[in-house]
Amino acid sequence: MVFDADTAGEIVSRYAGVPGGLLPALHEIQETFGHVPRAALTALARGFNVTEAEVYGVASFYHDFRLDGPAGKRVLKLCRAEACQAVGADALAAHVKAKLKLDWGGTTADGEWTLEPVFCLGLCACGPSAMLDGRVHAMLDEDALDALIAR
Amino acid sequence: MMRVRLPKDAAAVALGADAVADALTRAAAARGFALELVRTGSRGLVWLEPLLEIETDTGWRAFGPLAPGDVDAVLDGVSPKALGDIEEHPWLKRQTRLIFARCGIVDPTVVPPLTALKRAREMGAAAVLEEVTRSGLRGRGGAGFPAGIKWKGAADASARQKYIVCNADEGDSGTFADRMLMEGDPFLLLEGMAIAGFATGATKGYVYIRSEYPHAIEAMKRAASAFPDFDVEIRVGAGSYVCGEETALLESLEGRRGQVRAKPPLPVHKGLFGQPTVINNVLTFASVPAILEKGAAYYASLGTGRSRGTMPVQLAGDVKHGGLFETAFGLTLGELVNDIGGGTRSGRPIRAVQVGGPLGAYFPPSLFDTPFDYEAFAARDGLLGHGGIVIFNDRVDMAAQARFAFEFCRIESCGKCTPCRIGSARGVEVVDRIVRGQNVGQNLALLRDLCDTLKSGSLCALGGFVPYPVLSALNHFGEDFVR
Repeated sequence: MVFDADTAGEIVSRYAGVPGGLLPALHEIQETFGHVPRAALTALARGFNVTEAEVYGVASFYHDFRLDGPAGKRVLKLCRAEACQAVGADALAAHVKAKLKLDWGGTTADGEWTLEPVFCLGLCACGPSAMLDGRVHAMLDEDALDALIAR
Repeated sequence: MMRVRLPKDAAAVALGADAVADALTRAAAARGFALELVRTGSRGLVWLEPLLEIETDTGWRAFGPLAPGDVDAVLDGVSPKALGDIEEHPWLKRQTRLIFARCGIVDPTVVPPLTALKRAREMGAAAVLEEVTRSGLRGRGGAGFPAGIKWKGAADASARQKYIVCNADEGDSGTFADRMLMEGDPFLLLEGMAIAGFATGATKGYVYIRSEYPHAIEAMKRAASAFPDFDVEIRVGAGSYVCGEETALLESLEGRRGQVRAKPPLPVHKGLFGQPTVINNVLTFASVPAILEKGAAYYASLGTGRSRGTMPVQLAGDVKHGGLFETAFGLTLGELVNDIGGGTRSGRPIRAVQVGGPLGAYFPPSLFDTPFDYEAFAARDGLLGHGGIVIFNDRVDMAAQARFAFEFCRIESCGKCTPCRIGSARGVEVVDRIVRGQNVGQNLALLRDLCDTLKSGSLCALGGFVPYPVLSALNHFGEDFVR
């Protein structure tokens, strides 16, 4: 949903009293708005009684939090770690990058696709693996991945 | 009524288990019989997933790997994918399953009897500490620190609040034992944490699970809310590998950047929110119920040298029979890779195996006689880590793997110490220069010097252990660097 201060304020107030609540608050902000908007950083800083710089420092440390706007409608996370490398993940990544015309972290101009690297989904005995819109897939090859993307 | 088990484990789901479940439900409706479908964890024979088990008059019968189209043949009794009683399968039969004894069998949403926790309460805290110490259990996250000594440290500390923290930030590629356990038997982990809480006087627990594991997060949240014996909160990471380092994990739990803390003070003295904290890996906590039920002497009778008990070995990468194999320490690397793993899935010859995650060493087949044991691996400049073995075939470029180790370290460095933050970036560049043939002799010397700096000067194992994959690649596969 589009950012609105009341919703953000409600999320912040639920976590402000929780010990170490900033991370779960950031997760819920991102789940709700699709990213962590600038205005949410302000709300978090106020709620947690820390500086905005502090909140930005935390949010920007973690790969999961999107500070530069929401991802595409569909998010493909392809595993780049060793166990998947051992069964051809690098070649698969090159194939997907060429197909979607994207580099890691990129989103297509039409806002349809985002391609992200992931370092291990714990599917290491059945790689190469990927997560598409939160669903896991294993034993992928170019054809299987093309079919997933076309679906 | 037909009773069946089908895993809801992420690997089984990734291989199509949900579609098989749907096909089965439809077939039962079409054929007009009642179906009791229990979504279990995985048995760990990943190459046979999705693996379905059906109860018959003569015991459970397994089928796999199944596709939705196989379901009718299974129900008609004519499936070529019949495996018989899976417990009799040699791959399962050769194992010693203590941690994974119930995984793949029980319904992970149903609270089990918790007999070990009851036993702990009967024994008393001091006796539990003694039992865990005598078992020889060492931390399964990678560092191998004796669990009993850690627990004793927290028990002896006096504080208004102590914490039990479970490190479920299983970021090492090639490892998935924590994920499988949390999905397949979450209550075993919670029981182990509750026992730790009882033994140390800690009344609050946290499980920190990486965000890449949505199935495990769901299973643990459900289990924690159904678990009456210990107050446990499930927290989710945010894509940072270094948060698997215990002090970075504590920082992250406190809502900060996941930056490593200098030690001392140790977490048992000053851990989460400055309070005494036991932080252990999933498998460490999950080993404890079996220790209390079967006794420290039995547990210590398994294994070799100072590596006692069982380790869930995870066979990954280009492996024919990949999955989780829980066994007492002491099998050789070659037995694990060739006899149990069955060699490569691709059929190509094995060139290297990486043991212990991205910071573990690459071993050539000439070192396959190394026993799976903390000290034996250390003696050969390697580490067991979290028990993952990634198999590479002869197409691997070991200079590229060394470069990747630095690249990964550069991406994941918390930035607190200079050797790791800067050294990893310089490492990528030095490997690139060597591969390009630029001042090779000088750059090779520089690479070794850089590794020495990282090893000795880094604050934690991320920078400190990157030399393992880099130098093992260079020492055992030098021909890939100089072409």
